[in-house]
Amino acid sequence: MTTPATAELRKTALNSVHRRLGAKMVNFGGWDMPVEYSGIIAEHMAARTQAGLFDVSHMGELEIRGPGALALVQHVTCNNAAKLVIGQAQYSGLMTSRGTFVDDLLVHKISDTHYLLCVNAGNQDADFEHVVANNRFDATAENTGPRYSQLAIQGPRAKEILQRLTQVPLDPIRYYYFAFGKVDGVECLIARTGYTGEDGFEIYLDPNFSEKLWNSIMQAGEFAGLIPCGLGARNTLRLEAGMCLYGHEIDDTTTPWEAGLGWICKLDKGPFLGSDMLARQKQTGLERKLAGFEMLDKRIGRDGYPVFIGGREAGRVTSGCPSPFLKKNIGMAYVPPAAAAIGTEIGIGIRGQSAPARIIALPFYKRPQ
Amino acid sequence: MYPSDYRYTKDHEWIKLDGPMGTIGITDYAQAELGDVVFVELPKAGTQVKAGQSFGTVESVKAVSEIFAPVSGEVVETNAALADSPEKINQDPHGAAWLVKVRLVDPKEISGLMDAAAYQAYIAEKAKEHST
Repeated sequence: MTTPATAELRKTALNSVHRRLGAKMVNFGGWDMPVEYSGIIAEHMAARTQAGLFDVSHMGELEIRGPGALALVQHVTCNNAAKLVIGQAQYSGLMTSRGTFVDDLLVHKISDTHYLLCVNAGNQDADFEHVVANNRFDATAENTGPRYSQLAIQGPRAKEILQRLTQVPLDPIRYYYFAFGKVDGVECLIARTGYTGEDGFEIYLDPNFSEKLWNSIMQAGEFAGLIPCGLGARNTLRLEAGMCLYGHEIDDTTTPWEAGLGWICKLDKGPFLGSDMLARQKQTGLERKLAGFEMLDKRIGRDGYPVFIGGREAGRVTSGCPSPFLKKNIGMAYVPPAAAAIGTEIGIGIRGQSAPARIIALPFYKRPQ
Repeated sequence: MYPSDYRYTKDHEWIKLDGPMGTIGITDYAQAELGDVVFVELPKAGTQVKAGQSFGTVESVKAVSEIFAPVSGEVVETNAALADSPEKINQDPHGAAWLVKVRLVDPKEISGLMDAAAYQAYIAEKAKEHST
């Protein structure tokens, strides 16, 4: 279940803080990370109803600079980065030449000649090599992960808490925009982004100040019920919000169309890595599609379990768990497109039996506006 | 924490013997490792279980854990309260959240299990692996 921490695991600047807090630590993509502190359900509910603070410093950062920076970003990613204004962020996919995912990422436009890409921890080295290998533009790519810590404060009270520590007006930072400024005296990039389905901020900063900022945010949020949250709650939160996780819903065998991410796949922006394959798949149609399901009894359909349709195995669960907020068992799975229609009855293979489940709409949870 | 009249397995089950009858549960260490327990699947009364073999599952938000029978015997009762309140396993794993009661085939079987002191030494060793 939990992997013992070893010397080879990479550590964030907050590792000793997590251990002091009594977090349960796990190996996540080669990083020694907190999976839970007070319990996944309590942490999940805090992020949904109040606020949670996550150390997500394991996330990788790549920076693209130069006159050809936009051209390089456009070539390797599937969303249209030309639409970004300075100070705006965008969810996108880093594509193989087959139109599948090397990774999913956030593209931040810092200036016309400077983009910051936030990528998955376990993929950052491969992502960097992929970008470099495909760089035939007047641009440089740099793997700057070690220069950043990243804290995510998420939840309906996140803004109110963070505003206590900064002069930067947070209200005008719209969803998927960012600003530079000081938080409790520490220079930060403050992005209104997240991986929980809640309002909140992801804060990038110099790792030397991450412990100071962690402590001041925890203190500033005490009145509002802010608690530290681990990767366990991060996973159940993103799953309720219907967000993909690399290695589960998406990988280098899945395309944006299959994963329900057509909205980040902009064929009209001009050719990019994999765009011809993606155009072809759009014409020929899909063989499988990502769909959401709910279990119809108390059993839990989990990652990797087979999906049965009409008694025959027809797909796999990519992620599944009990939903702490919705109080039912939910999951996502790849199924043939005909079976992805809402209301379709399916079976999930659990310990040799087929447990009844039903296809329902994604996302499972949408925050009240 | 770990009752001295219970016996323990390396898979973190406990058994309390009362004549030919044994009450079985999972240990406090096991519940803490699992985290929030949300679902328990137990055998029906009358089921034969075999020492060392899986006879049910305890699931937390994050993980599925099989439960292994500390001894061989016949299940005579399961803890029905756990169906609606599986979180009791986190709250009182050595008491109210027992899983099943069995009639032992051979009560001498428990001599192969750890006593409380041996089990605590065993989990202390595990905890050390985690924190280094």
